[in-house]
Amino acid sequence: MFFRVGSLARNRSMWGRMTRMRAVRLAAAGGWAALLLTAACGPVQEKGPRFGNVVDSAAKTTVTLFPVAPPPFSDGIFPCSQCHGPTDKVNRTPHVVDFHSEIVLHHDEKNRWCLDCHDARNRDKLHLADGRLIDFTESYRLCGQCHGPTLRNWKAGEHGKRTGSWSGAKQYLLCASCHSPHSPHFKPLKPKAPPLRQEAIR
Amino acid sequence: MSDHTAAPLPVPAPPAEGYSRREALVMGLFALAAAATTAGCSAADKLAYEEFVQKHFRDLTPEEMKDRLAGLEKKYSEQYGKSVKVSATPPIPGVLFGYALDLSRCIGCRRCVYGCVEENNQSRNPQTHWITVLEMDKEEGVNLQNADAFYDHETVPAPGKFYMPVACQHCENPPCTKVCPVEATWKEKDGIVVIDYDWCIGCRCCIAACPYGARHFNWGKPVIPKDELNPVTEYLGNRPRQRGVVEKCSFCIQRVRKGLYPKCVEVCPVGARKFGNLLDPESEIRYIIENKRVYILKEELNTQPKFFYYYGL
Repeated sequence: MFFRVGSLARNRSMWGRMTRMRAVRLAAAGGWAALLLTAACGPVQEKGPRFGNVVDSAAKTTVTLFPVAPPPFSDGIFPCSQCHGPTDKVNRTPHVVDFHSEIVLHHDEKNRWCLDCHDARNRDKLHLADGRLIDFTESYRLCGQCHGPTLRNWKAGEHGKRTGSWSGAKQYLLCASCHSPHSPHFKPLKPKAPPLRQEAIR
Repeated sequence: MSDHTAAPLPVPAPPAEGYSRREALVMGLFALAAAATTAGCSAADKLAYEEFVQKHFRDLTPEEMKDRLAGLEKKYSEQYGKSVKVSATPPIPGVLFGYALDLSRCIGCRRCVYGCVEENNQSRNPQTHWITVLEMDKEEGVNLQNADAFYDHETVPAPGKFYMPVACQHCENPPCTKVCPVEATWKEKDGIVVIDYDWCIGCRCCIAACPYGARHFNWGKPVIPKDELNPVTEYLGNRPRQRGVVEKCSFCIQRVRKGLYPKCVEVCPVGARKFGNLLDPESEIRYIIENKRVYILKEELNTQPKFFYYYGL
């Protein structure tokens, strides 16, 4: 309900309406709309993961990519092609995978499984709902297919943590940096020590 | 030593009935101190003299400012056994700082409290915290009378609770600066309410005037372990304080005037803390104020905080 209150105020903006109507297809269709938010994005760099306005040749649109922290892979797990080859036989029926036993899927697990996000032919990539391959550094495009309003808020800097400069280049965290993609609910933390009570201060 | 201390001091013409006791005493002290400096004394004595006859921070000429900062750098570097930098970075034109905190995301982990202590050289003993995290009942909503700052759970967030970190709200209409009898605290052009610790007389009127409990008094000599001192300091911000002065959040003036986010923004594990330029329509802070439900603490007091609580969810 709270979202709706915020969204109503935004209804007049084209951007707000676009995303509300087509949240699921945001990454595919909303590329041009994302251009409106380019001011939030840092300068285009030569090295490292690409960001800034880049051409998505498969969809023939421009998408805005963001400077993000490296994906939080478990040690030694990436690249996945170390074990998975492009010619491996693929069982496309959802089933429990023996090897990755540490992964507990608690993320709409009744309707989704590994190959809804991970690509069977190229394991080092993820794929969007329309089959386009994306890097792990662009995984927010994948998450935004279902979580449209959250992606919008993330792009605007409202959702998620940003570090760096308030006036210039900043680093965004990937959705997966805070929310495990397999079990996204934020885990409780141990709080730091409470302050001393006044009577205890000497 | 700058020129102004060695130059003859302006002495007012004696009134017809002669000098009062107070005037004579002050002039005597001045003469003594001036004699001491011209006689060639130690650097510490010079600094002590300068501190005694210092001008208000905002009246310093660039030359005097340079001397003042150099003196402080020397003093702190000797005191803490490492090179300490003290700057007086001016406000950036066209910038008015604003802060937003998402009450629906804060989990009360107090990472911000201790991040702030380290960044801003708060006293470890006696303990000073610029940020107080209040725990309140979700069912009850914001009710400061039933807020608990001393909660100590195994994990947070505790069921049915929400958390509200409170620090200086950097009011546009700050009650604290109005009551200061010596103008040791004021609002800068970029909206940061600052304190000159060398001008503060420790009367604590500002603490009484602040409705947010944001100001803290150094009742004892502040103690910071030498290896934990943050050597990048700002005159109006995180330089080491002395006993008997008031201190509070400065939006990390030593960071934000160089374009960086405040420390609490950087250490928050849930990304509940947002910071930016209120005058920039593209900033995240403007997006939040324009699109989210914003809550202003004690709005009815017309302090006009530049600290906005909001509900992101």
